[in-house]
Amino acid sequence: MTTSSMPVLDIHALNVYYGESHILRNVDLSVQPGQMVCLIGRNGVGKTTLLKTIIGLLQQRSGSVRFEAKELEDLAPHQRARSGIAYVPQGREIIPQLSVKENLLLGLEALPGGLRRHRHIDPQVFELFPVLEGFLQRRGGDLSGGQQQQLAIARALLGKPKLLLLDEPTEGIQPSVVLDIERAVKRIVATTGISVLLVEQHLHFVRQADWYYAMQKGGMVASGPTAELSKDVVDRFLSV
Amino acid sequence: MNLFLDTLFNGLAIGSVLVLAALGLAVVFGLMGVINMAHGELMMLGAYTTFVVQNLLKTGPLEGLFPIYILISIPLAFLVSGLAGLLLEATVIRRLYGRPLETLLATWGVSLILQQFVRSVSTAFALGLLLSVALGLFVHRFLPSHWWQQRWAPLLNFVNWLLASAIGIGLAASLGSVRVLDQAWFSARNIDVTAPQWLRGSIDIGSVNMPVARLFIIGLTIIALVSVNWFLQKSVWGIRIRAVTQNRSMSNCLGIPTETVDALTFLVGSGLAGVAGVAVTLLGSVGPNLGGNYIVDCFMVVVLGGVGKLLGTVLAALGIGVLSYVLGSGSLLLVWPTMPAALNELITFFATTSMAKVLVFALIVVFLQFRPAGLFPPRGRMVEV
Repeated sequence: MTTSSMPVLDIHALNVYYGESHILRNVDLSVQPGQMVCLIGRNGVGKTTLLKTIIGLLQQRSGSVRFEAKELEDLAPHQRARSGIAYVPQGREIIPQLSVKENLLLGLEALPGGLRRHRHIDPQVFELFPVLEGFLQRRGGDLSGGQQQQLAIARALLGKPKLLLLDEPTEGIQPSVVLDIERAVKRIVATTGISVLLVEQHLHFVRQADWYYAMQKGGMVASGPTAELSKDVVDRFLSV
Repeated sequence: MNLFLDTLFNGLAIGSVLVLAALGLAVVFGLMGVINMAHGELMMLGAYTTFVVQNLLKTGPLEGLFPIYILISIPLAFLVSGLAGLLLEATVIRRLYGRPLETLLATWGVSLILQQFVRSVSTAFALGLLLSVALGLFVHRFLPSHWWQQRWAPLLNFVNWLLASAIGIGLAASLGSVRVLDQAWFSARNIDVTAPQWLRGSIDIGSVNMPVARLFIIGLTIIALVSVNWFLQKSVWGIRIRAVTQNRSMSNCLGIPTETVDALTFLVGSGLAGVAGVAVTLLGSVGPNLGGNYIVDCFMVVVLGGVGKLLGTVLAALGIGVLSYVLGSGSLLLVWPTMPAALNELITFFATTSMAKVLVFALIVVFLQFRPAGLFPPRGRMVEV
């Protein structure tokens, strides 16, 4: 195997528990460099749990999570963020009382040296999300859901991650903004070469990905190129 | 008019001590949500630091610095209380995050320990304590490291600390037979800090008489407020602190080392308590019980002001200061000598410092019934109360 084809993220036989309940069962998943991978499955099958385990909010019981061939198990979330994983959680989690600008600045914390060394917000994020530029002085909590989602993605991008974890970026957002977000994510993958692991319910968005994994009851049950995503699979795993 | 200014100045003077005392708590309790009952004792450590600095500079080679010993004490008290706070965070509070009742009890215990510490500390005592801590912390470096992987490692740790304490107590006891070493540094009596020449006396502005020490405290309070506000709003650590206090797990995912932020926040809050301790020494003699006199007032101020709001803390402290002074001095009677006898009786009844406090606290309780989130409740669509 050459270095170029070495996966960015490689998960093997992963088991995760919430207390005593077994959530993820022997999960295998890998994301290649520059690839956009979509994780599908009905509510409660463990998609969010998987993302939380990758960023380090949940601890694995067994198995391995490797990022650029390095085992992540003993790293805290902030160390994983600094090594190049960015996380946009379900519900966005903008810091509500901080201004939009300060929220964006927090994205720079993932760069080496953090905020001490970097105070410059790359104007490229305003090309992706023009709406943010006019709101820099507003409080993050005052933005609408769609604007918060764009802010959360912009914040994640400012840390120049190698892997972007997106958890249902279009959930509860008005259709016109959904298309904006979809376009932006597509453009990010095309122009920056960032790998994306996406959890999504919108079929249209799912089809933008290169590869899909389908989950059921905490385990992987199907995977393949999204081009081959059959109607049968869609009906079984997407709650449309 | 004269009376009004006089009342206002005295009220502000009382209030500014409260602002200073509550500022640290506004950071620790208001921002981090940690109920630290030992906050008053951190103030006391600041006051005792001032006392030590004064005595060190009174005679000896550094005598020339004596006139400004108060200014030297401020950063030193910040450091002493801040480091004590850091130690408290690392050993007790860090293990109890998210468990307010346990934190309350544990820190109350710490406050008792600190009070007794300043009463009984002597050279023998201090040396014994140092030896114990050093043995407890460093002995296990010299034991085989695989011992610490075993299931009985906690027991080993316990025995290590037990032996370390025993050896420390033994040292303290044997050194205690030497009279000089056994003498308590402070004893249980109150200590007096004499204000330097330039802080004594008073200035007359118009017809209002303003003691210089009070003006100094007001000035110190303003400087402390401006610096804390700058630190929280503009500095890199300020942004990190605000982010962590609002959303801990997301801040962690963004790359902020949350445990370092907790420790630093606690250090700053505790250090501010130390600075307040310096100010308190200018108001009269202080003793080991100093903390107890302030802790309730401090919590009242922070709760009344609205948790997490500096402006609220300031206004609440000044309000309580002015109200306590107006009620306690009975100056309402001077303004309105012809008031009905019943009201007159009532005001006279409350016209002592302690009764005024009772009335003020009762009013705060009533106020909080109607505005449970204090003067400045958090607003916005993301509020989680």
